Amino acid sequence: MVNSKLNLIEFLSEIPDPEIPVINIVELGIVRGAKFIVEDEVEIIITPTYSACPAMYNIEEDIIMKFMELGIKANVITKISPVWTTDWITDVAREKLRAFGIVPPDKGDHEASLNKPKKCPRCNSENTKQISRFGSTLCKASYQCNDCLEPFDYFKCH
Amino acid sequence: MNPLYKYTLKIADDSLIFGQRLSELCGKGPYLEEDIALTNIALDYLGQATNFYKYAAKLEGENKTEDDLAYLRKEKEYLNAQLAEYPNGDYAQIILKVYFYSVYLKFLYENLMQSSDEQLAALAEKSIKEVRYHYTHSSTWLKVFAQGNEESKNRVAEALENVWEYTGGLFDEVEGEADLEKLDLIPSSKKLHQDWKSQIEKDFATFGIEIPTSDFMQKGSRKGIHTEYFGYILCELQYMQRAYPGCTW
Repeated sequence: MVNSKLNLIEFLSEIPDPEIPVINIVELGIVRGAKFIVEDEVEIIITPTYSACPAMYNIEEDIIMKFMELGIKANVITKISPVWTTDWITDVAREKLRAFGIVPPDKGDHEASLNKPKKCPRCNSENTKQISRFGSTLCKASYQCNDCLEPFDYFKCH
Repeated sequence: MNPLYKYTLKIADDSLIFGQRLSELCGKGPYLEEDIALTNIALDYLGQATNFYKYAAKLEGENKTEDDLAYLRKEKEYLNAQLAEYPNGDYAQIILKVYFYSVYLKFLYENLMQSSDEQLAALAEKSIKEVRYHYTHSSTWLKVFAQGNEESKNRVAEALENVWEYTGGLFDEVEGEADLEKLDLIPSSKKLHQDWKSQIEKDFATFGIEIPTSDFMQKGSRKGIHTEYFGYILCELQYMQRAYPGCTW
């Protein structure tokens, strides 16, 4: 009966995002539900970030492996709706992103976010420019600081 | 055959073939940032194709996977629009193709979100944010080209002359669409075409591009009839599965 006392969300929070390992899959808003079905079997509901995000395959595997350590079978169910939004990223995770050098996504209006200036995560200058609307992964856009010249990523508002 | 299967397949085939075509730019983009942008868009298309194929496979009910549908069909079984397979051409033509397709997908997904089929509605809701972003990207560049110098203006005009007659095919129907429409499962393709045309007219007026007056449109899209370019795409796309049947990662 040890298992049923396990706090599933806390346990899942130990799994880092494969592409941005400073934040975990719970604070990223990917985990949408977790419950025991029987004593040694859980059902975990996850939602994909982008349609083609390759990290989703790893995340599913990571969850299964993580529970396997405890001898628990994890059934991972992918649910598309309600669709994932960057608004679900927690405030704590946003700060972790910034410290890591990735500007966290603006909240709310996606269109308006395209034209808002981004603050350099290194020197805090607002004198920055967009290099590309796209970046090294589907979720990011490329920017550069005009003052300290540091290139940096912006986690797109999605 | 389930008409909803064919309809879902037409959406998936468009995304797969558009994505495959666009992915040819990988490492060959006009400059580094655009190389990344175009291949990111290609990846979004592949992801959307995967999701729609998964659902199509379920609707078909023959225990197939999304990979079976993407890799193991024959040329005439693909229901994509001919615009998707049309060669990339230069940067102006690539952007123009992505622009035309983004406007189409924007209206398609906005309408599909209201579908009485829950899964189609969810897939549309998932995809639309990505498509809006592609629209922003392609329309921004199209405007830059249209308002640039003689060279860029000529290139847009030339690209438009090449691809215009393929745009109508996006709105060609698969068998049984009228019935699906009556059940509020899908939007009317004719209505989508009108909406698409009005948006193009509005944007082109802003950008300063003259809209072609010709109504001639290539036929055969959505019926498995393809341009001569399609066989070559399939050769590359299906190579691994043909050479090593059943191979997986």
